[in-house]
Amino acid sequence: MPSSSRTSRLTLRFLALGYLAALLAIPVAMVFYRTFEHGIGPAWEAVTTPPAQHAFWLTCLMVAIAVPLNTIFGVGLALAIVRGRWRGKTLVSAIVDLPFAVSPVVVGLALILVYGNRGWIGSVFADNGIRIIFSTPGMVLATIFVSLPFVVREVVPVLREIGTDQEEAASTLGASGVQTFWRITLPAIRWGVAYGVILTTARALGEFGAVAVVSGKIEGQTETMTLFVEQRFQAFDLTGAYAASVVLALLALAVIGTMTLLDRRKEM
Amino acid sequence: MAIDVRNVSKSFNGFQALEDVSLSVPDGSLTALLGRSGGGKSTLLRVIAGLEAPDSGDVLFSGESVTTLAPQERGVGFVFQHYAAFKHMTVRDNIAFGLKIRKRPKVEVRERVDELLALVHLGGWADRYPAQLSGGQRQRMALARALAVQPRVLLLDKPFGALDATVRKELRDWLRKLHDEVHVTTIFVTHDQEEALEVAQQVAVINAGRIEQTGTPDDLYEQPANPFVMGFVGPVSRLGAAWVRPHDIEVLEDEEDGAVQALIERVARVGFEVRVEAALGDGTPVPILATRQQADELELHAGQIVWLRVHRTREFAA
Repeated sequence: MPSSSRTSRLTLRFLALGYLAALLAIPVAMVFYRTFEHGIGPAWEAVTTPPAQHAFWLTCLMVAIAVPLNTIFGVGLALAIVRGRWRGKTLVSAIVDLPFAVSPVVVGLALILVYGNRGWIGSVFADNGIRIIFSTPGMVLATIFVSLPFVVREVVPVLREIGTDQEEAASTLGASGVQTFWRITLPAIRWGVAYGVILTTARALGEFGAVAVVSGKIEGQTETMTLFVEQRFQAFDLTGAYAASVVLALLALAVIGTMTLLDRRKEM
Repeated sequence: MAIDVRNVSKSFNGFQALEDVSLSVPDGSLTALLGRSGGGKSTLLRVIAGLEAPDSGDVLFSGESVTTLAPQERGVGFVFQHYAAFKHMTVRDNIAFGLKIRKRPKVEVRERVDELLALVHLGGWADRYPAQLSGGQRQRMALARALAVQPRVLLLDKPFGALDATVRKELRDWLRKLHDEVHVTTIFVTHDQEEALEVAQQVAVINAGRIEQTGTPDDLYEQPANPFVMGFVGPVSRLGAAWVRPHDIEVLEDEEDGAVQALIERVARVGFEVRVEAALGDGTPVPILATRQQADELELHAGQIVWLRVHRTREFAA
């Protein structure tokens, strides 16, 4: 019996690791290998061309706008859902999950319908000379949309768990609603918020579908890192595609690393 | 400061938590709200604190209505059953919270917190976090935090409910002494009749959203207004239509006028007390409380036929 249970345990472990290796580790390692096959030089050149640099900074801009907005909105909405007493809470809570359910391509097309030059909001802007679709504002909108649920989903359960006791105690001690939020609620949910921010960042970094649809993929103008990778690949510039992929992968690894560190601190 | 609750009603989603409740709490007194869980006593306390708004009725502090005031403006100290400790703050910062909100000078905050730390015997624990304290210590910290802002009223919601029996007893005595020292009008909620009778000067018995009776512990025990109160504040036996305390039943060996025959089914000696379970001819059980001395004199044992004489009975209109 012991030997057979040991065998099955080893088989399980082998299957799990094999699964991970085949799907994740080997392909990612291959990207790194192909990038640095001929040394660092060519890879460095490929990611420092003006379009590559532009793509890098555009991706950073997407993250810099989408993450703070979704954090503020997410914490606010989570508070409204958990603490508020209003009709339609369940419905709103379900709608927040839409970006999880709807394909990013559909999101992109929907944004074009509304914000395109002929869309009913987009036309108003277009009349005033502001272009949303096929331009940075549209890409920001798409990034915000697809990364919207993370903070809400992370913060809602934490808010439920901490309950209202501490907030009520603060109010009997004279703290206003705003003071209670900054001094009691926010510190109590900080790990949930941090986790949500990291997931939002990771999603915003890696977004492809929705941004691809609304960007128009104009090189050096509306090309984020993910779009740049695809464009290099289509142009048979494999070194460029792999090198840019490595930059994206390193950013994502940094995000995951931060998350692991936070996880450890949370347990302390 | 005296507190008056006038005709307060409150319901939650169709459940009537409080129904036309009126209560007077004299200035500087220590009052207990006693009742079963779900009876409305915590809701009443929360209405007084301003944490719940009553559907109708008024709450008055020193004769002035505070019904529309927010909790922040009422000057109450509130202590929660599960401590509501600010987990990310040290004991010192927890206690200082109300003072910092009031933007008191740093020196004053420090002095006041040190004073309170000594008062609640947490002097050496100032820089610990709540997670490092025992339940009893956390609740003392919560009390100090509530007292820091010199509240006009101290409200405690089942303050000892989450603690084990010995700590509960200890804190109960300590609260009594603390009240003698700081004299702030205090109301606490409990479902433990012993705790209410022992600690409070005035007890209000609450049942199903109504106040059944308000009075001193003696009043409630000796002159209960109805069978519920009589049964709730102490053990009770029924002899026909009469309600009687088990220690008001005398056990006799021989028949006497007015005594009824009974069969002893069980005798349990619990320290000084002897608890006797007897049954009348028709099988009605009658718990009796005797002293060890009485039990020894009569050699009480199971299977014995005795006569019961009742000293004081109460009859309540149906």
